[in-house]
Amino acid sequence: MGTENTKRKADSKAKGLKSNARAHGVAEVKSSKGFWELRLYVAGQTPKSLTAFANLKKICEEHLEGKYRIEVIDLLKNPQLARGDQILAIPTLVRNLPEPIKKIIGDLSNTERVLVGLDLRPAD
Amino acid sequence: MAKTKSKTDLFEATLIKSPTGIQGLDEVTGGGLPKGRPTLIAGAAGCGKTVFAMEFLVNGATQFNEPGIFVSFDEPVEDLVKNFASLGYDLKGLSDRKKMAVDYIHIERSEIEVTGEYDLEGLFVRLGHMVDSIGAKRIVLDTIESLFGALPNEGILRAEIRRLFRWLKSKGLTAIITGEKGAGMMTRHGLEEYISDCVIFVAHLVSEQVATRRLRIVKYRGSTHGTNEYPFLIDKTGISVLPVTSLELTHKASSERISTGIPRLDTMLEGKGYYRGSSVLVSGTAGTGKSSVAAKFADSACRRGECCLYLAFEESESQIIRNMQSIGINLEPWVKKGLLKIHASRPTFYGLEMHLVQIHNLVSSFNPGVVIFDPVTNMISVGSENEVKSMLTRLLDYLKMKLVTTLFTNLSHQEDLEKTSVAISSLMDTWILLRDMEIGGERNRGLYVLKARGIGHSNQIREFLLTKEGIDVRDVYLGQDKVLTGSARLAQEATEKAEALIRRQEAERKQRELERKREAIESQIKLLRSQYESEEEELRTSIQQAKLKEEEISRATKEMARARKADVVKPAAGKK
Repeated sequence: MGTENTKRKADSKAKGLKSNARAHGVAEVKSSKGFWELRLYVAGQTPKSLTAFANLKKICEEHLEGKYRIEVIDLLKNPQLARGDQILAIPTLVRNLPEPIKKIIGDLSNTERVLVGLDLRPAD
Repeated sequence: MAKTKSKTDLFEATLIKSPTGIQGLDEVTGGGLPKGRPTLIAGAAGCGKTVFAMEFLVNGATQFNEPGIFVSFDEPVEDLVKNFASLGYDLKGLSDRKKMAVDYIHIERSEIEVTGEYDLEGLFVRLGHMVDSIGAKRIVLDTIESLFGALPNEGILRAEIRRLFRWLKSKGLTAIITGEKGAGMMTRHGLEEYISDCVIFVAHLVSEQVATRRLRIVKYRGSTHGTNEYPFLIDKTGISVLPVTSLELTHKASSERISTGIPRLDTMLEGKGYYRGSSVLVSGTAGTGKSSVAAKFADSACRRGECCLYLAFEESESQIIRNMQSIGINLEPWVKKGLLKIHASRPTFYGLEMHLVQIHNLVSSFNPGVVIFDPVTNMISVGSENEVKSMLTRLLDYLKMKLVTTLFTNLSHQEDLEKTSVAISSLMDTWILLRDMEIGGERNRGLYVLKARGIGHSNQIREFLLTKEGIDVRDVYLGQDKVLTGSARLAQEATEKAEALIRRQEAERKQRELERKREAIESQIKLLRSQYESEEEELRTSIQQAKLKEEEISRATKEMARARKADVVKPAAGKK
C-alpha cells in the first residue's frame, strides 16, 4: 500500500498538479487518479449550456468535492479553441484528467451516464 | 414546353455560377456549380469525390481568387497534403498564403458519452472561424456522413446537418458535400434530401477489365445541364471531364490542301493532296504499307514545319523510327527537333475515355497540325464497336474543330476489304485502300483512292512500292483484260522497251539511207555541173576565135582597098 501511495504521488508530481491534489490522494472513489480537470465547452449562454453547467456543478459537488476544477470555454469568444479538443457538439464536457480523455456530449441531464462517462461509477 | 423554356432562361439569367476550373465540368454544368449553394457529390468509395472537391477548392484559390476550406472527416490533414502532392497541389503552400485552410474533424466514438440533448454549434463555430480567418468563398465537407457513425441520436444529427446546409447558404458559401453511395439511395444517410440545388453522381464502372469513371449531373436546380453520363478521368493533371458529345457539327472546313508526302498520291488527289483538317483513313490488309503511308505523311508535315502527333498502338517509338528508316524515311531528326511526338501506348492500358482524354491533353498541349493513329483498329480491343465509334466521333469533332488533319490506319481483312472493323469509314473524308494483288506467284501492293470528299480523285489503281529510297507509286500495266504488277509489270515493260528499241533502230537506219541517197545525188549533180562548165569554156573559146578571124579578114580587105586607092563607099543608113 505504501509503495502504491508513493507511486501515485510521483505520478501526480510528474503531471505538475497542485499540492491539494495530494491532500485528497487516497480517494474513496473507484478512479485511481485523484484530481479531475474538466472543461465544459459552450457557445454562448444558451439554455442547454446553462443546464449542462448546473448539472455538472451538482454532480461534481456530490461526487468529487474539492477534487475537481471546471473550466468553461465559450467558443463564441474563443472559436479557435474548438479545434484542439475536436469539439463539434455543444455542450461538450471534456475530462482531461484523469486520463484517458473522455468526452461527454449533451446537457448532462442523465446523471448516471455522466458518472459512467467520468469513470465515477462502473458501467454495467 | 415553351413556357418551361422561358422559365429556364429566366433562371439562367439570375443564377450565378461558380466555375470549378475542372476541364469539361464547367461546360457540362453551363458555367460551374451554383454559387453560394451546396452541391452534393455522391458515389461509391474510390470514385474520385475527394479529388473533385479538392480540385474545386484549389482552382478556386489559384484561378478565381476564391479562398476555400477543406474540412475532412475521413483523412488527417497530413495525409491529404501528401496524397494531393501527387496531383501537383501544394496544399501547405496554399494554406500558408491563406488561400486555403484544411482541417480534419474527427470524433472517437469510444471517447464519447452522450447525456441528453446537444447540438452541433461547436462545428458551426469552428467552420465559421475558419471561414472568417481566410475570407473563404468555397467550402468542402468530405464526408460529413462520418458524423453519423461518430455521434448517436440520428434525429438531432439530421436536424443539425439540415441547419448546417442552411447556415452555409446564409454565409454565401459555395459548398461541396461528398457522400458515400448507400444501398438504394444516393448517399448512405439520404443527404440528397437536404441538398436540392445540385447533385452530381460519380461512378467507377468496370467492363471487360477496363475501368471507366463516369459522372452524371442528377439535378441542377435553376439551370440547364448536360444529362448524359460523361466519362472523366483523374491523371497527373487532375480531373478531366469529357463533355465532347455536347459539341456540334459546326466545324469550319478549310480549303487549304496539304501534301500526302507521296508525290504520286498527291497527283491522284487533284495534284494537291488532302484537305487540311480532314480525316483520312488508310486501310488495308496486314503488311500492305499502311504505317509507311502514315509515316510519310508525318514526315511531310514536319518538313513543312508543322507539328505532328503520332499515336502508336502497336509499335514503340524506336521501333517505328528503325522500321521507317529501312524505307528511307528518317523520322529521328524531327523527333529531336520537337516537331514529331510519337506517343506509344497499349490500347488496353487504359479505358477508351482515358485514351480520349490523353489525346485531348496531348493535342491541346502540343498543338499539332497532323495527328496519326496507327492503327485505330486496336482500339476495338478496349471497348465495344459502338463505344469506339462514339469515341472516335468525339475525337474527330474535336480535331476538326482545331483544323487538325487526322490520318487513321485500319487493318482490314481480305474478305471484307471495304469494311472497316469499327465502321468508321462514314466518319472519314478520304479513304485510301491498300491491297495485295496476287499475280504470277507473287504479291504486290496496290493503292487506290476509294473516296475523297470534295476532291476529284483518280479512279486508277496504282502499284505501291516500298523501296530503300522510299515510297513510290507507279502505274500498273493494264492489258489483256488484267492488271499487271510487280515482276509481271516489269516483264511487260521490258518487252515494250525492247520493241521500242527496235523501232528506233529501224528509223535510224532509214534516216541514214536517206542521207546516203542525198549525198549520191548531190555528187552526180556536181559532176554534171563540171561537165557543163568545161563544154561552155570550149564553146566560148571557139566563138572568140571565129570573131578574131572575121576581124582579120575585114582588116585585110581594107588594106587591099587602100593599096588600090579605091573610093570609100559609105554604108547605107539602117544597114549594119
